[in-house]
Amino acid sequence: MSRYEAVIGLEVHVELKTETKIFCGCSTEFGQAPNTQVCPVCLGLPGSTGVLNKKVAELAARAGLALNCKIGAYTWFDRKNYYYPDLPKGFQISQVFRPIAYQGYLDIEVDGREKRINITRAHIEEDPGKLIHASGSIMTSRSSFVDYNRSGMPLIEIVSEPELRSGAEAKAYLEKLKAILEYTGVSDVKMEQGSLRCDANVSVRPVGTAALGTKTEIKNMNSFRAVQRAIECEVDRQIDVLEEGDSVVQETRAWDENKGITMSMRNKENPDYRCFIEQEVSPIELSDEWIKDLRATIPELPDARRKRLVAEHGLPDYDAGVITSSLALAEFFDATLEKFPEAKKISNWIMGELLRLLNARGMELSQSKITPAGLASLLELIEKGSISNKIGKEVFETMFEEGQEPAQIVKEKGLSQISDEGQLTRIIAEVIAKNPKSVEDFQAGKEKAIGFLVGQVMKATRGQANPGVVNTMLREKLAE
Amino acid sequence: MKLLTLSVHQLGELMERKEFSSEELTRVHLERISQVEDEIKAFVTVTEEAALAQARAVDQKRARGEELSLLAGIPMAITDNICTDGVKTTCASRILYNFVPPYDAEAAARLKGAGAVLMGKCSMDEFSIGPAEEKSGFFSARTPFAPEAAPGGSSGGAAAVAAGEAAFTLGSDTAGSLRQPAAFCGVIGLKPTYGRVSRYGLISYASSLDQIGPFARDMADLALILNTICGHDAKDSTSAAVAGPDFKKSLINDVKGLKIGLPKEYLANTEPRAAVKIWEAAAQLEELGAVCEEVSMPHTEYALPAHYIISSAEASSNLARYDGVRYGLRVDADDVLNMFSKTRGQGFGDQVKTRIMLGTHVLSAANYDDYYVKALQVRTLIKQEFARTFEKFDCLLTPASSTIAGQSRKETDGPLAAYWSKACNIPVNLAGVPAMSLPFGLVEGLPVGLQFIAPHFGEEILLRVGYTLQQNTEQTRLKPGLAC
Ligand SMILES: [Zn+2]
Repeated sequence: MSRYEAVIGLEVHVELKTETKIFCGCSTEFGQAPNTQVCPVCLGLPGSTGVLNKKVAELAARAGLALNCKIGAYTWFDRKNYYYPDLPKGFQISQVFRPIAYQGYLDIEVDGREKRINITRAHIEEDPGKLIHASGSIMTSRSSFVDYNRSGMPLIEIVSEPELRSGAEAKAYLEKLKAILEYTGVSDVKMEQGSLRCDANVSVRPVGTAALGTKTEIKNMNSFRAVQRAIECEVDRQIDVLEEGDSVVQETRAWDENKGITMSMRNKENPDYRCFIEQEVSPIELSDEWIKDLRATIPELPDARRKRLVAEHGLPDYDAGVITSSLALAEFFDATLEKFPEAKKISNWIMGELLRLLNARGMELSQSKITPAGLASLLELIEKGSISNKIGKEVFETMFEEGQEPAQIVKEKGLSQISDEGQLTRIIAEVIAKNPKSVEDFQAGKEKAIGFLVGQVMKATRGQANPGVVNTMLREKLAE
Repeated sequence: MKLLTLSVHQLGELMERKEFSSEELTRVHLERISQVEDEIKAFVTVTEEAALAQARAVDQKRARGEELSLLAGIPMAITDNICTDGVKTTCASRILYNFVPPYDAEAAARLKGAGAVLMGKCSMDEFSIGPAEEKSGFFSARTPFAPEAAPGGSSGGAAAVAAGEAAFTLGSDTAGSLRQPAAFCGVIGLKPTYGRVSRYGLISYASSLDQIGPFARDMADLALILNTICGHDAKDSTSAAVAGPDFKKSLINDVKGLKIGLPKEYLANTEPRAAVKIWEAAAQLEELGAVCEEVSMPHTEYALPAHYIISSAEASSNLARYDGVRYGLRVDADDVLNMFSKTRGQGFGDQVKTRIMLGTHVLSAANYDDYYVKALQVRTLIKQEFARTFEKFDCLLTPASSTIAGQSRKETDGPLAAYWSKACNIPVNLAGVPAMSLPFGLVEGLPVGLQFIAPHFGEEILLRVGYTLQQNTEQTRLKPGLAC
């Protein structure tokens, strides 16, 4: 048992799912050529003035409500002043003094234990542009490039209380947060496209003490798994530092995914951002009525949906948890269930084949060609005995890659099960003739030998025989 | 050359009657510019070719019988902190020496849309940051009444109108830059209510104080220009969702029953020879049927320091974007941080640097509550004081400058001392109310201006009072010494 406990708070930046940027009409589409989605406003050209995109306030308030936050009836924007080449105005417009949402929470579950993590605040801000260095860092690179397509993308920053105690809890928090934001349509929450970014504030303290240790801020983590590893690694490092009688330095550290360590980036002596009220953008005023109407549009959230899948369809809680961890999966499950009424079988295929293939290919569900109707037809084919479970997996993979109808795949590839007893009788006879040792073993009471013989028949039919039928016919033949 | 002193509506009517073409009128003005610019220095850029092309386009439209605004074909100029599409806009600063905006400010676009012909861009103090009228990053303008004296505030636009270089101009006012220069040059300057004219394309100095407005020769012109530039603009969050009225309806020769307040604190601080003119104007207004009464606005003395803190704070942030990365001056250096400092070090003048440092100081965490927050509290008190005063008065009458042209306190008295010459102008920006500077005679050959202040969105009262005075006294119509 460690003498130390970790104290972790997360700052999560989430890009809001709007068509246009926060203060101008430029498109927010991801992956376009650099500096093609810009205008005087998001380039901060002299004299340009912006106007708040109403959708931004709506999505931010929506996220706040889904995270059980209070919503500020009157909030405003402030300027955070600092110099950096990706920041076209020399200040970032953010909500420093009054966040649109505050005092919320979300519930996580780690190792079967539930825990409530309080959320300090969620505030709106604009994203800066993106710097690309020819080599190294901005101070060492011979030249650097700036892409302002990202400048002025709407963000919310969600700040948790320092109530997480392990990397695993942090990962669970992020997974839950991601699911909630996806369910509510607030964001695409794609970490690989930068629409979800996470920094972690980590400190350790002796178990049983209340005072906080010196914290470090960890950046540059590109997956939830990386967040977990980086935190675990940083906690170990800080404990080592303390054990050796040194003290932790307050600083920003970068996670190095390849080396699996955190490295010092810069000492952070709390820069003075000289924040003050932004005068060029109107405050956000939200009426109780508007907030009430918005609350009514918040859909069923992951926890509620998970409970419903257990209660209504008898799914094991674990299965329900996996399926509801992503809105896309949950909707896929529901749509399949409408056409094929066996919930557990569907969840087995989703958790088995579907997630296996998605993970192996590093794909999103929307990128695969599999449809709920397709999976339902496949399950029917298996149910009717037209194909075996094993062939079913092969068909599934083809559907996943190419999107054909399962019946068509079975037909084209000649995968239909051989139930024709005449043909099977002949093959079984051949297998018995070729494997006298196994026949002998079986007849001597070694039950296992039958499995080998069934396997040989399956092999001879290239898997197209119905294994149940083969088993019965073999036993009958051997009993003769 | 009579054309150079006529008002916009007179010129417009003559062109409607085909007495002369816009191209002819534009050429006359271009000649005038080349004749007097060496002395007046009202322009930083003259757009001769573009002006002639615009004028010819208006003439063609007129020849086709198209219906045109009275502004169509009228030579105008715009101060160099208001963006003009394809025309260099420098804020009279080295740091923006080569900046060509790809868009028009909304007010500029509306005037161009009405057919007004852009003669060029007017000089100003660097980024409008006065008060030293000698501190333009390039050079400073002169009043045509006394070319040895600076025109006051930061607007060459006033000098351009007075010297006959343009029939009207557009400027901006953060601390009196539409009103003091108007007073020193013997023309009319009007700072509209904050939010009345779109700030889109106005290069920010102090966002909560800056407001675009016109310099003109008479009240009918003022009404015409306001009718064109006022009104809501969806591109600017600070633009009020208030439709502009028809200001021509305010050209009423009658002030009977109007209650006009004379704030004691403004007069107490004014050069006595200018203050005398205020009493003279009040007497005249009473003769015309208005009721003039002294009133006390005790918070006035705190306006100046509050304005200084707020405008410095906002400027320090607004001017942060000039870092050499995207446009304007860039001084190369070994790394990006040195590039930032060298660019800003060489790009800004001393006044601007002083204000950036002051603004940075008052916004820093350690000083924020003592300076910035206090200044905002003072601002609230001043707004409340105006609101209370306007419960009793329709408008206020004060000097348009606490000094007379050419006699503003010297830079060597310290930055705040020079600022005092705008003590009558500055409370108006803090309160966001509209105010107008109207010429009222000469003192020792130099023009003096009256300032009328109205409640929020009360420009109509300003026009009515100004129109009545213009109809009833020659003192409001001044002829500059530099004869046209
Ligand atoms: Zn844009």
